[in-house]
Amino acid sequence: MTLRKSVTLKTHGDIAYARQVAGELMVEIEASAIKRTKFVTAVSEIARNAINYGQGGVITFHLAEASGRKRALAVCTDRGPGIEDVDAALRDGFSTGKSLGLGLGGAKRLVDQFEIVSTPGSGTRVSLECGPR
Amino acid sequence: MMTINGCVVVAIRDDLDDQEIVALQDQLVDEVARQSAHGVVIDISGLEIVDTFAGRMLAAMAQMAQVMNARTIVVGMRPAVAMTLVELGMTLEGVETALNADRAINAITGDRQKIS
Repeated sequence: MTLRKSVTLKTHGDIAYARQVAGELMVEIEASAIKRTKFVTAVSEIARNAINYGQGGVITFHLAEASGRKRALAVCTDRGPGIEDVDAALRDGFSTGKSLGLGLGGAKRLVDQFEIVSTPGSGTRVSLECGPR
Repeated sequence: MMTINGCVVVAIRDDLDDQEIVALQDQLVDEVARQSAHGVVIDISGLEIVDTFAGRMLAAMAQMAQVMNARTIVVGMRPAVAMTLVELGMTLEGVETALNADRAINAITGDRQKIS
């Protein structure tokens, strides 16, 4: 796994930059337009969550290669309060803010592999993985 | 932002951040009022993605325009964006879509002529 880029998430402008980097990574793995759109959208959702709920954080982009097949990875870590009930947070319509509550569950549906680890009091880490097709 | 046949036409750029989208929303509502527009056409062909935030803003713009008696049509949605929105579970309630701006403007102005 090779680290491609690391983006600090502090302001809403950083979300646009994270999206740009995510798009470039998908171009690098020669992803289809639909896969690229899905991955970039998922990155946008989790990056916004890190800023709105996690007091900011960092998202790292990696390129993984297994048996000649390239995959894109994004790992978003925040130092926020953490999510008390991860299962509830993944449910559509659940939000502790004023959003639609579709972001986290939506991001999970958009990628091939999704992982979330949250510890109340010390933050949340979300990993997204996506292949080219 | 420009006005054609009583329709405010606005194209959304891809690199807009959240604050700029909110500012655009304000600008759009002002323009609808200033021009007494009866339609709003939002061109999203420049958008590589529409996430839940942008989707919510589009729906809000349509609702605001509706309150001001203007019909909103979103044009230029990329196929991949449409597929992604469905998977996200964003239904874009109250947002009409058309293939391009010409068709949207025709739909809106044709609609008006029927009424008067």
